[in-house]
Amino acid sequence: MKKRLGFYLLLAPLLLWLFGLIIVPHIDMFFLSLQEKLGPGDYQTSLANYAAFFNEPLYWNTFARTAIMSILATMITLLIAFPVSYYIAKLAQGRIRAVLFTLCLLPFWVSELVRTFGWMILLRETGVLSHLLQWTGLAGQPVEMLYNDATIMVGLVYTSMLFMVVPLVTTLDSLDNAHVEAGYDLGGNGWSVLREIVIPHAMPGIVSGSIVVFMLCLGNYLTPILLGGKSSLWFTEQIYDQFITRFNWEQGSAFGFLLLILSSAIVWTGLRLTGQNLSSTMGDGGER
Amino acid sequence: MNDSTDQAPALECRDIVRTFGKFKAVDHVSFSVPEGSFFSILGPSGCGKTTILRMAAGFLEPDSGDIYIKGKSMLGVGPNKRPVNMVFQHLALFPMMNVADNIGYGLRRRGVAKAEIAVRVKAVLERIGLADSGAKRISQLSGGQKQRIAIARCLVLEPDVLLLDEPLGALDLKLREHMKVELKKLQNDFGTTFVYITHDQSEALVMSDQVAVMNKGVFEQVGSAQELYYHPDTAFVAGFVGDSNRWRGRIDAADASSVKLTTADGLSFAATPPKAGGLGAGGEVDIFVRPESVQIARAEADVQAMDNRLQGRVESVLFNGANSRVLVREPRSGGEIDVALPQTGAFHELRKGEDIWLGWGKDQAKCFAAGEAG
Amino acid sequence: MTTATKTIRLALVAGVALAFGAGAVQAETLRLLTWGGYAPDAVVKMFKAETGIDVEVTKSNNEEMIAKLRATGGGGFDLAQPSQDRVTGAQSEHNIYKPIDLSKIDSAKFITSMLEATKGNTTLDGKVYGVPHIWGTSGLVLDRSKAGSVKDYTDLCGDAVKGKVSYRLKRPTLIGFAFAMGMDPFAAYGDKAKYQEVMNKVEAKLIDCKANVKAYWTGGDALLNLLRSGEVVAAMAWDTGGWKLNKDNANITFVAPKSGALGWIDTFALPRKTKAEDAAYKWINFVMQPKIAAMITASAGNFTASKGADAFAEDALKKRFQDSFPQEAIDNIKWYPPVPAGLEDIEGKVLDRVKAAK
Ligand SMILES: Nc1ncnc2c1ncn2[C@@H]1O[C@H](COP(=O)(O)OP(=O)(O)OP(=O)(O)O)[C@@H](O)[C@H]1O
Ligand SMILES: [Mg+2]
Repeated sequence: MKKRLGFYLLLAPLLLWLFGLIIVPHIDMFFLSLQEKLGPGDYQTSLANYAAFFNEPLYWNTFARTAIMSILATMITLLIAFPVSYYIAKLAQGRIRAVLFTLCLLPFWVSELVRTFGWMILLRETGVLSHLLQWTGLAGQPVEMLYNDATIMVGLVYTSMLFMVVPLVTTLDSLDNAHVEAGYDLGGNGWSVLREIVIPHAMPGIVSGSIVVFMLCLGNYLTPILLGGKSSLWFTEQIYDQFITRFNWEQGSAFGFLLLILSSAIVWTGLRLTGQNLSSTMGDGGER
Repeated sequence: MNDSTDQAPALECRDIVRTFGKFKAVDHVSFSVPEGSFFSILGPSGCGKTTILRMAAGFLEPDSGDIYIKGKSMLGVGPNKRPVNMVFQHLALFPMMNVADNIGYGLRRRGVAKAEIAVRVKAVLERIGLADSGAKRISQLSGGQKQRIAIARCLVLEPDVLLLDEPLGALDLKLREHMKVELKKLQNDFGTTFVYITHDQSEALVMSDQVAVMNKGVFEQVGSAQELYYHPDTAFVAGFVGDSNRWRGRIDAADASSVKLTTADGLSFAATPPKAGGLGAGGEVDIFVRPESVQIARAEADVQAMDNRLQGRVESVLFNGANSRVLVREPRSGGEIDVALPQTGAFHELRKGEDIWLGWGKDQAKCFAAGEAG
Repeated sequence: MTTATKTIRLALVAGVALAFGAGAVQAETLRLLTWGGYAPDAVVKMFKAETGIDVEVTKSNNEEMIAKLRATGGGGFDLAQPSQDRVTGAQSEHNIYKPIDLSKIDSAKFITSMLEATKGNTTLDGKVYGVPHIWGTSGLVLDRSKAGSVKDYTDLCGDAVKGKVSYRLKRPTLIGFAFAMGMDPFAAYGDKAKYQEVMNKVEAKLIDCKANVKAYWTGGDALLNLLRSGEVVAAMAWDTGGWKLNKDNANITFVAPKSGALGWIDTFALPRKTKAEDAAYKWINFVMQPKIAAMITASAGNFTASKGADAFAEDALKKRFQDSFPQEAIDNIKWYPPVPAGLEDIEGKVLDRVKAAK
């Protein structure tokens, strides 16, 4: 009996949090999204707001663009984070390990806004990098590196790095060195050991890191707005615009809901394609 | 092995040295392992066994010296290119693969055709008596089964030398006894050269054709189990291999075949000096006497002919069938002497508190310059 | 602000609150929803000294103000400062304000013409919802040495400034371009079809002009950096931005476009669920005193509707204002009339299409 009570007491904050801060607002948002605005103060229940998303190419183009860029950013982050994490987990010792880890943390000591302004100072036409290129003679005139999709990518990857490195370091840490050595001993080379032993072992970390990074990129607002170019559309910007500048909360809610559903669908597809499932990633992680 | 035969040893190490920082883990070690034999390296924890094995496998390079496998130098050859395989201390079976995939891993790396891999994996599973386990996950195996899979994973590649790093260390005592026999059988069946490292002397003595006793980075003695047991070259070997009664004393007189000494408590003994000789009067020495070398008698007359005689009182009788022992307290030094009871059962009625006589010949007492012993 | 300093400040605030004990808890607070610079710390302190009322300042903009008040049905704040053109539309649709009791306002402190105009523009069903506080304009900020050719918004699309232009993708840009193209968008406010027509033309122009733009600016700081570094030589922006840059670089300043600068007036409006109405009126009357108003001008960069505050304003600022606004330019300011509900949708779609256009 006593044990039971303790269990529920421990569970209560989680349930409150899940219910109060996640489920209830979403239900609220869902009902709002079903309201079609006919005139000031005049609403009717319909799917018009959802239809608007599919009928207006601009909206779903924006979503597709956001999703594709986020997937790309996730992959680039993974490609960069993997060797870094491997180095931190397996090769670096003591002090260097701590220093490297701190370096990954460094971007988070300043706010996202400051971080993004930092990139702007570096990459702008009259910025540090442009001057450097001219000074070394690699460029004859000022180079503009801001305001394009590549810059957004740099910003997203930079912001996401830590969220990929932490789960990767954790899983790679638990990889027994003897497994890697056995892989070589039995005739494997670097590539096959990576493919057959290291990556399968790190898969839970890769999957959870990728999900987090993908969601963060998808939901990022400042980076694409500030670093992006004239034609750079981002879905969260659309949602913000609907809510704030157009006072169209109904449409905004529908977009918010679509973002939730479509991003979940993308994550699910990703898991299926890599033959993973959420419980093995987040839960017991299979046998060790 | 000598180089004149055209059969080169399966593994040969020549004067290898390996240091970690200032610490010399392996110090000028040379040995060679004949084709098809079971070679053990026996030594206490931290003496450098694993380091030698890792150099043979290719995970470490020696600072100096050379390693030959079947007559070919292995310096600069990566672990994946050496015709040796290793069974790791904790086996290192791949948890994300099933048993068959684990065993097939090395064959896949060699580009063997899929069908051929299946056949060979099946064959090796049959030979180790786990024919039906191919589809099992590693976590579904017992300790002993894992052991056999780990060995099979290497043997399927038909290596010139199989290196085993204390593979029985993680098993419980009973299973360990069983696996000892099993391992020896596997080695016989496959005819593969085994280099086996352990700190457990019974493992080494039971299974090996040759045993190297290692201490602090150097090989003290290499020989058959019998040689090590009956003719230890050093105090360390005498102490480390098998049980011994031990006394320390100062030499009264020494010649090529015998040494006379007196302990601090005033006991006098006669012993055999080491082959190398070099002991002189006044020097401090240790003597080692095996429990089964000590004769036991109720009357002094029965041990009258022996070079060394002692009287003592039975402290306790440790009955264990054929391995029964009796602990005898020697009154002058207060020390305990470990004596094996004769298998005839002659003294089975011995009781605590009885006064008895002990005696042994000087050739049963091995004498070495005092120093550190195992 | 870093987390560390935030924590320190929090700790300080907590400490001070403890030290003052019950007194601090009982002190009246005015929760003010306003723009950056409109409630400088010095003024807040003086107000506290005089009335004992704490002012809790939340910085925002028109759209967020409406969104915040809409979310709470007009609660959470005691006094808001929306622009006069955004009061009646939001009120008719979301009912987030309550009428102003003009008897509690010291009208002698206001420039009469401005007070009357704002009262007119914020009247709904015979009730007044706003009184004026700060006014300003948006127009062109130019580097006169490099963008001398730019006289009006449409000149931003000229070859002379190709690639060195910036403006926002927001409604003032649409309105400004419409005027510069010879149309009168304000006249079309009442007729959605006509307004749509105007906007369609503006859309075509902006898409055409896109190649000329370096970046659509999103934050004031980013724009100032663009102009300061010379990466942009002509932009559509607020007057204060131009004057700020003028301090460091005499070539750059605010210029009223030929078709007229767009004039806005930020008001005081009472959220419907205000909990400190008296304090709100006290604050209004307090900040409209000429000396206080001049302090706010110094901090916000814009002039106020306070009568006689000019006398206390900084000379340099007055000089900049006069440079930018000769008398005929002042007469030509196009003041935003109240925005009828529903125009945002038309504008939003135009802006989306401009942004998406290649
Ligand atoms: N990578 C290394 N860096 C520094 N010192 C090491 C390293 N590897 C081994 N050593 C040291 O070398 C010595 C020999 O180590 P080794 O692993 O060969 O011992 P071992 O005989 O296998 O012992 P055990 O029976 O405990 O496994 C030890 O003192 C160990 O601390
Ligand atoms: Mg070891």
